[in-house]
Amino acid sequence: MIARLLLNLRVVAALGRRSVRQTFRRPQLFAPIIIFPLLLLAIQTGGAAGAVDLPGFPRVNGFLDFMLAGAMIQSTLLAGNSGGIALAVDIEMGFTDRLLAAPISRFAIVLGRLAGTAALGAFSALFFLAVGLVFGVQIEEGVLGAALMVAFVTLSAIAFGGLGAAIALRTGRASVVQGLFPLVFVILFLSSAFFPVGLMLEPAATVAEYNPLSFIVEGIRDPVISTLSGEAFWKALAAITAIAGLSLGLSGLALRRRLRTGG
Amino acid sequence: MEATSPTLRTPGFAGYVATVRALVRRSRNEILRVPGAAIPGVLAPTIFFIGLTSVFGSLTLLPGFDADRYQSFLIPVSLMQGAGFTGAATGVNLARDIEQGWFDRLLVSPAPRPVLLAGLVLSASLRALVPAVVLLVVGFSLGVSWPGLGGLLLAVALTMGTGTVAALYGVTLALRFKSQAAAPLMQAGMFILVLFTTAYAPMELLQDWLADIARINPMTDVVEAARQGFVGGSVSWGETWPALIALAAMIAVMASLALRGMRRTSY
Repeated sequence: MIARLLLNLRVVAALGRRSVRQTFRRPQLFAPIIIFPLLLLAIQTGGAAGAVDLPGFPRVNGFLDFMLAGAMIQSTLLAGNSGGIALAVDIEMGFTDRLLAAPISRFAIVLGRLAGTAALGAFSALFFLAVGLVFGVQIEEGVLGAALMVAFVTLSAIAFGGLGAAIALRTGRASVVQGLFPLVFVILFLSSAFFPVGLMLEPAATVAEYNPLSFIVEGIRDPVISTLSGEAFWKALAAITAIAGLSLGLSGLALRRRLRTGG
Repeated sequence: MEATSPTLRTPGFAGYVATVRALVRRSRNEILRVPGAAIPGVLAPTIFFIGLTSVFGSLTLLPGFDADRYQSFLIPVSLMQGAGFTGAATGVNLARDIEQGWFDRLLVSPAPRPVLLAGLVLSASLRALVPAVVLLVVGFSLGVSWPGLGGLLLAVALTMGTGTVAALYGVTLALRFKSQAAAPLMQAGMFILVLFTTAYAPMELLQDWLADIARINPMTDVVEAARQGFVGGSVSWGETWPALIALAAMIAVMASLALRGMRRTSY
């Protein structure tokens, strides 16, 4: 029993390492996770910095303090999408079929991909944290707050990666998963990732108020711009848990269907 | 019996025009037969337009913001973004043609390289009209101010010019890397060119570092010229000529780079 568990953990670790290496070697997978969120962060921070003077904008040291959480969550959503694309490519190329024929747990194949996405999420959180600190972001909650941000982003990567994996397993086509790329931005714009909900225009403001992504973003942003509040923490954790539960459940169902129907 | 040696006929001007038309027709067929291929180029700038308007709409309340409606301020940027995506798609499609060997067949045809380049680029500038039309329809339905006929025609012409620049840039990269893996570089290049301008706010409200970049970025003149009708309601020659010069310069530089790539491509 323990030997089998250790074997599956080794499989998950190996597939996770492969997933990370694959992302860093392919610009199509890497660019959306780091380059595009970084460019958008720079443009939005430089272009809309005056927003902090608007009545109703939260008190922050600078607009970058507010935007950092948005860049992290954008990167994480795109990491989930890129992970889904890579899994779909594996299915198209027959690599997943070879894994399915191996004497390992089937779900370890999905978990391996998610381990890789989680590692990329942690990398992205640390990268944007470093960018923020270099450009003058002050994290009000200090080291503990920074650690909490990294933890939330990493867990979010697993949750969003599960959605990408579910779609990849269900369709088996990279083009379908890639087609979801614009949807990521719809979800982002309809959340508080880039602006306070109170200053957004309707109907986006109302949607953003109830969008679970807003809860996650607020949980990541809270340690930067204020002292950590229990409400923001628990709301973020609940949203991540709900999305992770849903996405892992959908991945399991999609994998089972693929095994049953063979495609 | 006397043997006749084959003679290679060089196509004249009519032949060149026919080649360009055939390449434009091929591009048009791609849109008509694979409608999904045009969707990302249309969807992305439209989502950005609607999303950014909803998110940053209250920026117009800032002192010094010279537009009443953010959608009117943003629409020219979205038009250029759509043209940028379309041009980048031309580069990606060329990279695909190189990977699949189709481009090699074009190169062994008697058509000169500049004619092949003209066909690719003209296709892209026409394709830039697809996202432009969608964006304008969406924009006007969401309250974008009417720019006047002159303002509208100028914005459309500048969009096609930007599509040409983007296509030349995409072609240059496709010929250099010969792989679709260069796609993010093509997209990121146009993303930077279009958005590191007065895209989100007037020059006076940008942070100093971005204002410095925007001042030397030639695309700023193009965005400002396209914006004048939507924000000010009228078009002036004083705000238009810098954009025309900027576009001409960008096209000249990128065309020479693309042609250099074409000449270096062997078969």
